[in-house]
Amino acid sequence: MLLNASGCLDALTAPETARSLDAFVTKTVTPLPRGGNPPVRIAETDGGMLNSIGLANPGRDSFLHEVQPQLAQLGIPIWISVGGFAASEYAETCALLDGLDEVAALELNLSCPNVDEAPESAAEIVAACRTETSLPLYAKLSPASWDVAEVARAVEAAGADGLSLVNTLRGLKLDRELRPVLGTRVGGLSGPALKPVALAAVFACSAATSLPIVGMGGVQTGRDALELLAVGASAVALGTVLFSDPSAPGRIREELAAELSALGLTSPEQASGLAHEGALPARKHLDLGSRVPIKSLQTP
Amino acid sequence: MRRERLTVTESEAVGPYTLLRLERGGLQPGGPGQFFMLEAPGRVLPRPMSLCLAAPGELAFLVDPIGPGTRALCSLSRGDAIHVLGPLGNGFRIDVRRPLLVGGGIGIAPLPYLAEALGAPRLVAGFRSGWHAEAAALLPPNAEIVVEPTLVTELIEPGLDVLACGPAPMLEAVRRLSPGAQLAWEAPMACGYGACYGCAVEIDGRWKRLCIEGPVLREAA
Repeated sequence: MLLNASGCLDALTAPETARSLDAFVTKTVTPLPRGGNPPVRIAETDGGMLNSIGLANPGRDSFLHEVQPQLAQLGIPIWISVGGFAASEYAETCALLDGLDEVAALELNLSCPNVDEAPESAAEIVAACRTETSLPLYAKLSPASWDVAEVARAVEAAGADGLSLVNTLRGLKLDRELRPVLGTRVGGLSGPALKPVALAAVFACSAATSLPIVGMGGVQTGRDALELLAVGASAVALGTVLFSDPSAPGRIREELAAELSALGLTSPEQASGLAHEGALPARKHLDLGSRVPIKSLQTP
Repeated sequence: MRRERLTVTESEAVGPYTLLRLERGGLQPGGPGQFFMLEAPGRVLPRPMSLCLAAPGELAFLVDPIGPGTRALCSLSRGDAIHVLGPLGNGFRIDVRRPLLVGGGIGIAPLPYLAEALGAPRLVAGFRSGWHAEAAALLPPNAEIVVEPTLVTELIEPGLDVLACGPAPMLEAVRRLSPGAQLAWEAPMACGYGACYGCAVEIDGRWKRLCIEGPVLREAA
């Protein structure tokens, strides 16, 4: 089960790539329109990249009236990434989206490294949203907290239906003259350098909760996807790899099928949690929003 | 938008730059000023390059080795293969009456292909040094070349349809001299196809992705 990481694909400029996923996750929608951060917004690092986009988006009203109707026509489940600067802002957006048939799930972006955070805790934001929607709520967490499993337990108790792990980590790059490259100086680190961080976070959270987990962070190959499943993810999202290869979902799907087959496994579910010694807590069902047929990851 | 693995047919030094020739494969060359994302071996992100020359069966790019990605591209040899995505973005409009092509430094990259599309337009180009000016060998024989401290903007006359590519200070100067000019801008970008929002610039109060709405933007006259 492959998704994109929020902010790493525009389904309207690359519909073929979006359709090659099992669900499309939107760029984060905030209450008001945001132009985003000043340039420079992108910098490559050794083994990764930094971004400082700053949640550029048209705001929830334009999103609802202009973007969402176009997304609904793509024929794939849509996950909407919801952002805000206070718990009430998240909750209001969730209430607005609650009635939309085409929306399969909401992902609460609780961890953008490029903007100020809401004053409330992740669990308080989840609780506020829970009262406003019956849609599946995924909490996207930062790997930077001292104990991400603690946060995971708290959002589970607050009513989250799943976890998205991980968001980027703060990073900084200097140019030759020792000045920060990015306009905001610090940005979010993604790409292969993030993979061990993602594996550790998914490993910890899958042991600590029974929530389904969308694992992401540095996935470039089918082997990387397999490793995220092995530490406990139920689905895998692609981020930075989409920037270099819009056809990555198809390739990674094939590579993962071959990896599973080599292990004698017939489905990705069988790989879930293999890296843990002993049994994991029983997983809740992961609902990708199967309003249209989901492409199978099973080996041919 | 199509992505293929293309084989290097030749890599030749042109002053400090490298002209990288690739077999075209199934990719279309697109129009002058459009660009491609070239896989930079060993790097996480591809690099945007505008098409320099489009001989039959071939795509050629002029690369300035200024960082690890462009150095990796300049180190490619005949027979190596890299993934290439494109053509991307919006190029130059060539329905102009009195064209003047203006290039600065590595910004001359799209001008050979553009000059070909326009017949034999007037073309002026400026370089930082005589060594850099060796790249003028790629330009049509009628090109007027200046080397710093002379600036290429000193050769711009009013009343012409300017199509320009070069460093941002040069483009700003061209914009002041020639309202209505078509300017090819550059910004760091991760994807080239609208996914990352890294190349967004604010124009007339609206944020536009240079990879989708540019890289060539026409100034309001």
